[in-house]
Amino acid sequence: MTRRSLRWLLPVAALPVLALLAYGFRVNHRDIPSPLVDRPAAPFVLTSYAGEPMSLEAHRGRVVVVNFWASWCVPACYDEAPVLERNWRAYRERGVMVLGVDIQDTPEAARKFIDQFSLTFPNALDPTGKVSIDYGVYGVPETFFIDARGRIRAKHVGAVTDAIFRREVDRLLAERG
Amino acid sequence: MTPELGHGAVIVAGLLAVYGAVAAAVGGRTGRTALLESAQHAALGVFGLVTGALLLLAYAFLTFDFSLRYVATNTNLATPYYYRITAVWGALEGSIVLWAWMLALYTLIVILRHRHNARELYPWVLSVMLGVLAFFLLVMAVPAPPFERLSPVPANGRGLNPLLEDSGMITHPVALYLGFTGFTVPFAFAIAALATGRVGDRWITLTRRWTIVAWYFLSLGLLIGGWWSYHVLGWGGYWAWDPVENAAFMPWLTGTAFLHSVMIQERRRMLKLWNIGLVILTFSLTLFGTFLTRSGVIASVHAFTQGTIGAFFLAFLALVVLASLWLLAWRWEALAAEGELDSVISRESAFLLNNVLLIAATFTVFFGTVFPLLSEAVRGVKVSVGAPFFNQVNVPVFLGLLFLMGVGPLIAWRRASRDNLRRNFFWPVVVGVAAAALFFALGVRSTLAVLSLTLTVFVAATVAVDYVRATRARRRMGEALLPAMGGLLVRHNRRYGGFAIHLGILVIAVGVTGSQAWSVQREATVQRGEAVELAGYRFRFDGLAAREAGNHFFVESTFKVTNGRAVAYELRPGKKFYPQEQSPIAHVDYRLGFIDDLYLVLGDFARDGSQATVKVQVNRMVSWIWIGGLVLTLGTVLAVLPERKKPA
Repeated sequence: MTRRSLRWLLPVAALPVLALLAYGFRVNHRDIPSPLVDRPAAPFVLTSYAGEPMSLEAHRGRVVVVNFWASWCVPACYDEAPVLERNWRAYRERGVMVLGVDIQDTPEAARKFIDQFSLTFPNALDPTGKVSIDYGVYGVPETFFIDARGRIRAKHVGAVTDAIFRREVDRLLAERG
Repeated sequence: MTPELGHGAVIVAGLLAVYGAVAAAVGGRTGRTALLESAQHAALGVFGLVTGALLLLAYAFLTFDFSLRYVATNTNLATPYYYRITAVWGALEGSIVLWAWMLALYTLIVILRHRHNARELYPWVLSVMLGVLAFFLLVMAVPAPPFERLSPVPANGRGLNPLLEDSGMITHPVALYLGFTGFTVPFAFAIAALATGRVGDRWITLTRRWTIVAWYFLSLGLLIGGWWSYHVLGWGGYWAWDPVENAAFMPWLTGTAFLHSVMIQERRRMLKLWNIGLVILTFSLTLFGTFLTRSGVIASVHAFTQGTIGAFFLAFLALVVLASLWLLAWRWEALAAEGELDSVISRESAFLLNNVLLIAATFTVFFGTVFPLLSEAVRGVKVSVGAPFFNQVNVPVFLGLLFLMGVGPLIAWRRASRDNLRRNFFWPVVVGVAAAALFFALGVRSTLAVLSLTLTVFVAATVAVDYVRATRARRRMGEALLPAMGGLLVRHNRRYGGFAIHLGILVIAVGVTGSQAWSVQREATVQRGEAVELAGYRFRFDGLAAREAGNHFFVESTFKVTNGRAVAYELRPGKKFYPQEQSPIAHVDYRLGFIDDLYLVLGDFARDGSQATVKVQVNRMVSWIWIGGLVLTLGTVLAVLPERKKPA
């Protein structure tokens, strides 16, 4: 190879490195595989902010979406609250339940949050943090999709979008037949 | 109002920067000074607007303006005011604002300093600086807008990451970014040299001081980062080869290589291509570091966030790398060396070897950092590369560098004679060998430690030999001892500044060697009144106390520390419970010493205070690392002082 052509090797050599970095975008490090997927969901009984008991067992036979949130979780929980409310209204007739578990929060701030988004699905404080430990919650928001037989089938980290909600819930509804 | 005002300032600044970059380039090409002046005004405008944006953001933090998404995400009503100021750059969006502000500031200084002394290069320098600035303003406008509105406005915010509530976080990012952005200036000069074809020594002479300043801030940023890691994270270490640490370390390595290789070009007209290549590499690595921290491409404890921002950085990185290398290839012939290497035993070859080792270290660090990505791309396997790889590969390289640090500054240019070698290295070698024997006699059995400390003594001895000889020479001219010693530093400030920086690095090397070789630790569960013993110290557990502390709940333990002598004092490691965090944050308590750091981390505890698990560490010689940083600072100050002309 001559010295003249050699010099163009420099820019060409940079290309594979850049391509490798571009590949990095396809890798999702937030996909921490949860060991709980395909396992039975841990039962819980909490008292909702409306003063009623809120338990997972009561909804056996339905597709249940358990969402962990907190009023201080800015902005993700603020982004997903309207999404959850909207989809809950759209799917409740088809036997889908949405349960909100509020963690590490003060009741006043949480009530304000619920009022702000006019949430109508049940929400309850997890006063001891036991439920979030049972579900291996790393941070908020995290959302678990539980099938009619009471097994966790999917976990989503970060704000839920319409597309994700529909995809997961439709899949579980279709299975139930 | 604030969101709109800030966002508007960013957009106008971005447009001005683009205009200025184009105007400066066209002005440089056509020689129309009016255009160049207009570009300068644009740069001034950009500086004003970015300053305004930075102040506005700080104001929003101080007044808890939660209508800004960025403020609501990174502060809450309990955040004290000083952390609200550091929160300005505590997360992605704000860090870019600080970055852009520093770059605008550097651009302003370049205008003030070089508008008249670099007529040919200057327009292109200005154009490149404004071009880079335009990119960062684009990032602020589109993928990471600091002034995005949050609606509805929450009553309270999420709060700053508690780990960032530390004084180290005030200075660490500031120093690091000053280093990162500082390398834009030599890069701009290198590109200007390529664009104009003036690839001679002028651009190097003009950027020497800039490079040292950027290099120094980068060093400082790394050291403060180490200090933060050491006293906040509670694992007792200061360096973990985390991808993001590596990202800052790589431009440091290539920047160090550049600082040395320019001396060969100045002296021997060699390595023109190499020097420009190094500057391009260094600047590209600073961008790569930014890309790595902000793209989420590689998992890291530091990773800021994900989003489209990674794609922006990658595109810009590609543009910079490809365009610079294309320019380099285009000017290939002009970059040929004028001088030749005469002998292997010469200062040139010592410096060359230093460069080869530094680049080798850079390459291994780069390889180790992107290897997980490579492995996943090629084999689909998730792996992580840890400290053992980096240590194993880099320790021999660093020992080699240490050796060259002693040889390089004293060996003769061109070809070293036997006499030159004997004159300069006889005593340092003798002292080094004696030191090795002494360390062995003192019971040091780790080969690496002996080798590293011996080399350190050898290098220190070369510095002493040089200084003593030069002082004697001046004494023969009739100067008194102290004025002779002081006068040397002032008249040859570049040389002795360099030596002082070397001494700083030596002190750091001793700290690293000592802490790696002799630190000890143990973990124990103790009842109240019981003690843990380690390395001649007794740590008696005296119970727990709990209290509300501003924005968190603090559980504090008390340990009474005694050693064989009568000294006794208390250490109080604890745990902080923040409402917004799932798990508590450890509060390390430590007592720094010249040799021994006592370092306590509280683990699990019984609520009634009857029992606690504690990790006790006696870390050796870590303080030397921080002291080395101070020496480094003094050396840098000396090296960048204006050079005095020697009297005829």
